[in-house]
Amino acid sequence: MSARPVPVWLSAGVVPLVNVAVAFLAAGLVVALIGENPLEALQIMLRGALGSQYGLGYTLYYTTSFIFTGLAVAVAFHAGHFNIGGEGQALMGGLGAALVALGLPFLPWPLLLPLCVLGAIAAGAAWVFIPAYLQAYRGSHVVITTIMFNFLAGTLLVYLLVGPLKMTGSMAPETAKFVPGATLPLMNQMAAWFGLTITRTPLNLSFVFAILAAIFVWVLIWRTRLGYAIRTVGANPDAAVYAGISPARITVIALLISGGLAGLMATNEILGVQGRLINEFAAGAGFVGIAVALMGRGHPFGIVLAALLFGVLYQGGAELAFDKPKITREMIIVIQGFVILFAGALEMMFADQIAQLYGRLTGKADVATKASAKGQA
Amino acid sequence: MSDAFQIMLLAVDSAVRLSVPLLFACLAGLYSERAGVVDIGLEGKMLIGAFAAGAAASVVPNPWLGLLAAVLASVLFALIHGFASISQRGNQIVSGVAINVLASGLTAVLGNAWFNQGGRTPQLPNTARFNEITLPFAVEARTVPFIGEFYHEVVSGHSVLVYIALTLVPLTWFGLYRTSWGLRLRAVGENPAAVDTAGLSVTRLRYSAVVVAGILCGFGGAYLAIAQSASFITDMTAGKGFIALAALIFAKWRPWPALGACFLFGLLDAVALRIQGVNFPGIGQVPVQAIQALPYILTVVLLAGFIGKAIPPKAVGIPYLKDRS
Repeated sequence: MSARPVPVWLSAGVVPLVNVAVAFLAAGLVVALIGENPLEALQIMLRGALGSQYGLGYTLYYTTSFIFTGLAVAVAFHAGHFNIGGEGQALMGGLGAALVALGLPFLPWPLLLPLCVLGAIAAGAAWVFIPAYLQAYRGSHVVITTIMFNFLAGTLLVYLLVGPLKMTGSMAPETAKFVPGATLPLMNQMAAWFGLTITRTPLNLSFVFAILAAIFVWVLIWRTRLGYAIRTVGANPDAAVYAGISPARITVIALLISGGLAGLMATNEILGVQGRLINEFAAGAGFVGIAVALMGRGHPFGIVLAALLFGVLYQGGAELAFDKPKITREMIIVIQGFVILFAGALEMMFADQIAQLYGRLTGKADVATKASAKGQA
Repeated sequence: MSDAFQIMLLAVDSAVRLSVPLLFACLAGLYSERAGVVDIGLEGKMLIGAFAAGAAASVVPNPWLGLLAAVLASVLFALIHGFASISQRGNQIVSGVAINVLASGLTAVLGNAWFNQGGRTPQLPNTARFNEITLPFAVEARTVPFIGEFYHEVVSGHSVLVYIALTLVPLTWFGLYRTSWGLRLRAVGENPAAVDTAGLSVTRLRYSAVVVAGILCGFGGAYLAIAQSASFITDMTAGKGFIALAALIFAKWRPWPALGACFLFGLLDAVALRIQGVNFPGIGQVPVQAIQALPYILTVVLLAGFIGKAIPPKAVGIPYLKDRS
């Protein structure tokens, strides 16, 4: 069938928006099912997330983590791989940062802090190295191995936090506090340097890192030779070989970058907020990253927007659970599930109908019956 | 001597109990993946099944109704997965992730809203659960050394779901290798185009496999909530669906080895529970986490092809397109 393609704004704008809208509709039905008013719930969420400096600070703090994990999933997607191990890589990122912070506390902060951040990147990347190598050179499916490595990261962290790294005299599974030179300044502290007063929230410098990371990924994927190689391998590994690109090598490199980005998530929670390594601090951010990357269609700009949406959901959800005890915080996980389902697995469900409708409205009856299959992964 | 034997029997007995949910999920994954549909949503289907079983049995105190509810809920999720992966030709991994995330969120939200116990379902009386069955002559056989003791401790004294799970292994073997449906199912996972050419519906075969997977995950969930325990608790599956997936790979997608792999991983779990704080001469304490990590490490090593090679069904994960225009 030689059909004229539908315009980009339709396939990359309207179709994803419809998918996300359906996901929210489904979540609204669940809210209605348990006997609450979905519109009222939405209102409480929006007010809680955006209605005050306090709410906004928390929203952006959650957003920061999701930008990192969303970018991580997206970079792997562009190479045609599904890195489902963001959770484990983020945990190891925290371990890397903590080892630097606890091992070299005598360094001056201008040296120590960058090293801590590098430690997070390196550890996140290291944790994906074995799955990446096995995928590239032994054909073991990276989805399965990264799932296994998520569990391994979790058990390793528990072992270290109840054993060798545990702070003496504490009952909780956590390390000692880092020296102040190994922690990132909070946004309200930074504002104070410029004479501004803003409400104290967990929002910290890593938010700036997240935005920089998004710009980095955009430049990497669309403006560098490596990014071209990554996209080529993702689109057609066989063609890549003929273009002189080694799919195995690019797979490893793309997944290492992906792991490093996931590791950076730890800068927000561990270096920014906790100032020590704690158990299970990733709290599902690695999985939110999947929803964020799907919703943002692998583009950094879309990912930042999607991460912001999930930031609103997380902060608003906390407020909602407070106001309406019947709707617990896990409601966010339900929405997340519907987003992954409708914007990911069923992303083409409405594409045909929308394309047909567009064709009918513009009088071009032969507009593609298949909206451009710009599928992910 | 007899003491050591007794300890061993108890360990094997608890390994059997712990491996049953793995076995249900593993066989579920076997049907689905043998037909060419990747299933990383085993965890989610078991979880929603466990919740449905706990919730239904607390309203109508009958374990069989609980089981029915578990199967229905799990099959519903399986159909969502089937619709996304077979009819819509979506990404099967993404769909599986969606199933897991949805189940984890929905069970917590609905559980809290309906029962007001922080996500738990109400504690069930024994009449609403699958209770342990003492097999004929088990009590009398106790006095017979070894064989009798084994019969009494390990073979007897489980709920009916345990025996169903064990029966499913030969049944699955027979179904897959000795019936025409099984032949077609395996063919559709290896070369769907050939099956299509033979005039059989790829879609229908794959849906049948996905529904069987849903039924079995429902059994696994019901076992967790109303046989092993007396209520559903939040995140009750705790990664068992993924261990089952590991066992499936370990078994190279075959029924009898699946039994072996699930028993092995169940045994590791039982051992991990027992050695906590025990000092071994010469080694000291073995960290529990090391044993908990073993199933995952073994699976990765196997996948890497260092101890034999685990080759998945050829067409697994690839949506079937009849018309490549």
